[in-house]
Amino acid sequence: MSTLTYNQTPLPENVQPFKVHPQKFALWLGISVLCMAFAGLTSAYLVRKAAPNWQEFVMPVQFTYSAILMVLSSISLQGAVWAFKKDKISLYNTTLFVSLTLAAGFMVSQYLGWMTLEQSGIYLNGNPSGSFVYVISYLHVAHVIGGIIPMMIALVRSLWLFGSPAKLAAFKTNNNKRVGIELLATYWHFVDILWIYLLLFFMFS
Amino acid sequence: MAELHNPAIEVGHDTHAHGHDHHGHDDHDHHELNFIEKYIFSQDHKIIGKQFLILGMLWAIVGGLFSIFFRLQLAWPDESFPILEWFLGSWAEGGKLSAEFYYALVTMHGTILVFFVLTAGLSGTFSNYLIPLQIGARDMASPFMNMLSFWMFVLSSFVMLVSLFIQTGPASGGWTAYPPLSALPQATPGSGLGMDLWLISIAFFIVSVALGGLNYVTTVINMRTKGMDFFRMPLTVWAFMFTAIIGLLSFPVLFGAAVLLEFDRLLGTSFFLSDIYVAGEALHHSGGSPILFQHLFWFLGHPEVYIIILPAMGIVSEVMSVHSRKPIFGYKAMIFSILGITILSFIVWAHHMFMSGLNPFVASIFVLFTLLIAVPSAIKVFNWITTLWRGSIRLNPAMLFAIGFVSLFISGGLTGIYLGNSTLDIQLHDTYYVVAHFHIVMGLAAFYGMFAGIYHWFPKMFGRYMNTTLGYIHFYVTLVGSYAIFWPMHYLGMSGVPRRYYDFTVFDQFNQYADLNKFITVAAIIVFAVNILFVLNFFYSAVKGRKVTVLNPYGATTLEWTTPIHPGHGNWVGEIPAVHRWPYDYSINGRDFIPQTEPLSAGEVEDHDIGSDTPNITDPIPGEEGKA
Repeated sequence: MSTLTYNQTPLPENVQPFKVHPQKFALWLGISVLCMAFAGLTSAYLVRKAAPNWQEFVMPVQFTYSAILMVLSSISLQGAVWAFKKDKISLYNTTLFVSLTLAAGFMVSQYLGWMTLEQSGIYLNGNPSGSFVYVISYLHVAHVIGGIIPMMIALVRSLWLFGSPAKLAAFKTNNNKRVGIELLATYWHFVDILWIYLLLFFMFS
Repeated sequence: MAELHNPAIEVGHDTHAHGHDHHGHDDHDHHELNFIEKYIFSQDHKIIGKQFLILGMLWAIVGGLFSIFFRLQLAWPDESFPILEWFLGSWAEGGKLSAEFYYALVTMHGTILVFFVLTAGLSGTFSNYLIPLQIGARDMASPFMNMLSFWMFVLSSFVMLVSLFIQTGPASGGWTAYPPLSALPQATPGSGLGMDLWLISIAFFIVSVALGGLNYVTTVINMRTKGMDFFRMPLTVWAFMFTAIIGLLSFPVLFGAAVLLEFDRLLGTSFFLSDIYVAGEALHHSGGSPILFQHLFWFLGHPEVYIIILPAMGIVSEVMSVHSRKPIFGYKAMIFSILGITILSFIVWAHHMFMSGLNPFVASIFVLFTLLIAVPSAIKVFNWITTLWRGSIRLNPAMLFAIGFVSLFISGGLTGIYLGNSTLDIQLHDTYYVVAHFHIVMGLAAFYGMFAGIYHWFPKMFGRYMNTTLGYIHFYVTLVGSYAIFWPMHYLGMSGVPRRYYDFTVFDQFNQYADLNKFITVAAIIVFAVNILFVLNFFYSAVKGRKVTVLNPYGATTLEWTTPIHPGHGNWVGEIPAVHRWPYDYSINGRDFIPQTEPLSAGEVEDHDIGSDTPNITDPIPGEEGKA
């Protein structure tokens, strides 16, 4: 009786005036933080571009393939969210696996894109126009990896846990665990759209 | 908590034991925490707040001591101080500070005070400690992320600490880390490993701020108790929320700048480096722009000063209202002026760059926005003064520091109007006038806000009071000392004395101020000593101070004073109280104060624009005549 600790989930008397799940809200805030980071970098790109000594070059076509793979991965992951809600666990596992495979394809495609850039004489330590593309796409890939890891965890957990309907039901009653896949999908759509934005930005700015 | 002395709380415990039956076997509820879970890797926002405060205080001592070291050099450039050699070893051989390490000390003083003390130590402490308590929440939205935020700060601190002990010394290119100085390891010893560690430390710090900020905003938006509408939140919470928003929007840009700078340093890119020769040798860098770094840096750097000052403003508003026994004047005006400052803070960064070759037409736009900040700032100052006007003021240390804050904010703010003009900046740029301005308006004022907050909420934090006599000594010496240190610097600046010079003796026109520099240094040493006294008072009182015996010692309206004297994790025993009114019902309807938890009486209208119509302020409360 000497130490009082409480369950961390909001208690019934704690009315939430905004009907948003706190973790979803925090994720959206986090996304706005990432938006600022990339907005800062792309603004720096524009400021530098306006100055002399700026090398123009064409984006490798692999970067476009990456974008397509990323969109497909996003669609598949949205399927996983739907499957999870409907308790279709085998579909859930399949879609997660497809998303992961497409994500791996994205990474490979990005790597090939960087190789193509190098072969055409655009180096990381060359003209800033190329350096920006490298560094910004590196940072984007870092954020993709930040989505791949939880996706792997979700797949492993599903294979281990969700075979049993009782364990699945228990998982779904937890207010915070329940929304995990939705958070992941939201984040994944964000890095997807972010890459499309960056690609269009590099192509047309 | 192991020991509870207040009978009211024992009762509370029983209530909880009762309520426990409903929960069935929720093993979270009475899980015994061991020492490490409770005090080290704690997820309790109150412990995390205190951790931020104590680590911030340790850094304040280090950062303050560094300023004393370089002030000794400025005052007595020809003397030798064996104590410097004792502290700094080969950096002060024969007791005389080396020029390189002088710059390292200045850089570290700025970095430590701006980031570790006045960001982590101020908003980290009070946002963590006060947000859940004042909005009526058990804890933050994500206590785990909150813990992570603190430990990221520890990691950041550790990396910075290590950089103080490496052979080439810590970063020495100023806290602004401008390239090319910061980008080229061969430029100075401090641009070597020390600069890499600086960038890594700052990257960890940005992660810490982001994790903390996400939590603060999410908690304020989502976790408010029943009845806690936005316009019933104390101004502290408003200030912390906007501070977190500014941090979330500006720090990521600094992160981008730090990444690009590190690429320039390690992988040979040329983001910030143009064609450059070092020691007669042409480097391969080409095409970069050092000015670009300044844009990115100040896009954080300017909002950063509001990250520092807004929490202090919130604390001062709250402390001032409680100890004037008056509603805060212009509650909504206070909120909208915070909002105005938040928005303006993002569109004034280039006023730090007037002398960098900025297009004068662009500069004039930034002058306009910069001067506009005077409007919300003046509204706030006006409201603080009118809150004091005809109040029943209690001049305790918390209140004195709050009033001191307003004094400093006015003195420092007025010089900002001069500095914000791009034409005057031609003369004043990079002189001691700038040093005086930002130390008073941002450094000292934020410190005063922090002191006001510590003295005010200390009883809540530790269940004990701080020693008031030491508090008075702390305040009066610090106040006189603050002005003694920084007022003369305005004159130095107006006569053109530049910042960041190691030794003025070789310049005739600056050497004439040698005595003034000695005076400033002596004042700085006295202020530093008195603040060590404050730290001693803090730790002594936390253990041995006079015990708090009542729940609400100040007669304050806000929710934190409805918790037990030693609140456990979860803050309230039993249900979280609901809120029925705004937090500034002082001296109203013939009563000294009405807590937020008390429902409106029949026919009572909740009045947010109070201050225009407060009939009872000067009338003695019936039955309390002559009691003051």
